[in-house]
Amino acid sequence: MKFVDEYRDPKAAKKILQAIKSITTQSWRIMEVCGGQTHSIIKHGLDQLLPDQIELIHGPGCPVCVTPLQYIDKALAIAQQPNVIFCSFGDMLRVPGSEHDLLSLKALGADIRIVYSPLDALKLAQQNVNKKVVFFGVGFETTAPTVALAIHQAKSLQLDNFSVLACHVRVPPVMEALLGAKDNTVQGFLGAGHVCTIMGYHEYLPLAERFNIPIVITGFEPVDILQGIYLCIKQLEQGRVTVENQYSRVVKQQGNQPAQQLLQQVFTIVDQQWRGLGEIPQGGLAISEDYADWNAENQFSVTTINTQEPSECRSGDVLKGLLKPEGCAEFGKSCTPEHPLGATMVSSEGACAAYYRYRPHG
Amino acid sequence: MCLAVPGKIIVITGDSPLSRMGKIDFSGISKEISLAYLPEAQLNDYVIVHAGFALSIIDQQEAEASLEAFQQLDDFEVGL
Repeated sequence: MKFVDEYRDPKAAKKILQAIKSITTQSWRIMEVCGGQTHSIIKHGLDQLLPDQIELIHGPGCPVCVTPLQYIDKALAIAQQPNVIFCSFGDMLRVPGSEHDLLSLKALGADIRIVYSPLDALKLAQQNVNKKVVFFGVGFETTAPTVALAIHQAKSLQLDNFSVLACHVRVPPVMEALLGAKDNTVQGFLGAGHVCTIMGYHEYLPLAERFNIPIVITGFEPVDILQGIYLCIKQLEQGRVTVENQYSRVVKQQGNQPAQQLLQQVFTIVDQQWRGLGEIPQGGLAISEDYADWNAENQFSVTTINTQEPSECRSGDVLKGLLKPEGCAEFGKSCTPEHPLGATMVSSEGACAAYYRYRPHG
Repeated sequence: MCLAVPGKIIVITGDSPLSRMGKIDFSGISKEISLAYLPEAQLNDYVIVHAGFALSIIDQQEAEASLEAFQQLDDFEVGL
């Protein structure tokens, strides 16, 4: 496939690895923000090919992982209502709520559908006018515009049997929260390429300057990630701090303007709970007042659901980069992808699930 | 979750900006994708697709430039 194969070329990867080795003179800790990057790094063993001085810290960029338990419980409560078709991306189905997950509810007879796009859920609403169709809107700025268009079209069509349970999260505020934390050890960031495809990277310029930290917007193929690491290490070794764009074939500084416009129209920036991390100021997007009739939380009585997290799971420390998955006493023992204690083991983009799948463990 | 894949636009249908659709070829498998966020997209463009939407046109010149950058990674730096 064009634009894929060339970025999986072992010869190019080897060359970049050699370049990384030749410029690295001291220890550096770099965080890849996006779970898709984490998955690629562990799948291809990229972290094991790097010089020992470079440590990759796996960041919080897994929307499935950071969706608060109370939203999973709200989803479960709505999906159990009569006359509801509950639609979700596939990776949310196995995330454990307080008592069930969506997949086990489906097995018990609830009408829960996996969809590829929010527009598929919209189509289901048009085809099933006697049913209430609810879409579970989860994801970062990459995904939020796809949900924004579905909500906007539902309003244009006055489709009142469609609504969205929205729990979208924003990346720059969580990077700021991590950098501002007392226990932060991150010295450089690989920025999330597809979030920046939508949002551009102007938001990162003040962040890099304020925290004196290099940020390299990076793609997802092995060669992309190695080149992102190379550019980041080069800045660190030379004592430079700037925002660089490794993923320039896809990401422009201004991002995707039509998508940003609809995002601003349909959603409002709010403080948001992140699973494992707590409240992140301005860390989320809620459906704005103009579109309140398409907000599932207004259509169903779920606003009082306010579940607390169980205490035994240390996914919060994993999401902050303070703990590697195999450092957790429960990893691979009481916590497995079949019986996950927390969300970093559920999603294939979660660090724990990636380590469980691709690394030998006892 | 932010997984997005490249594909080539082989058919464009619809007139209004928000309802414009493209048939995208992903190495032999094709799918109808919204072009709502790429009003400038044209036939034969390669685009990045996520959750049923094309989000960005792949810039061939930038792609070639980045490939060249690591093909020609300073030999002196690599120590070859």
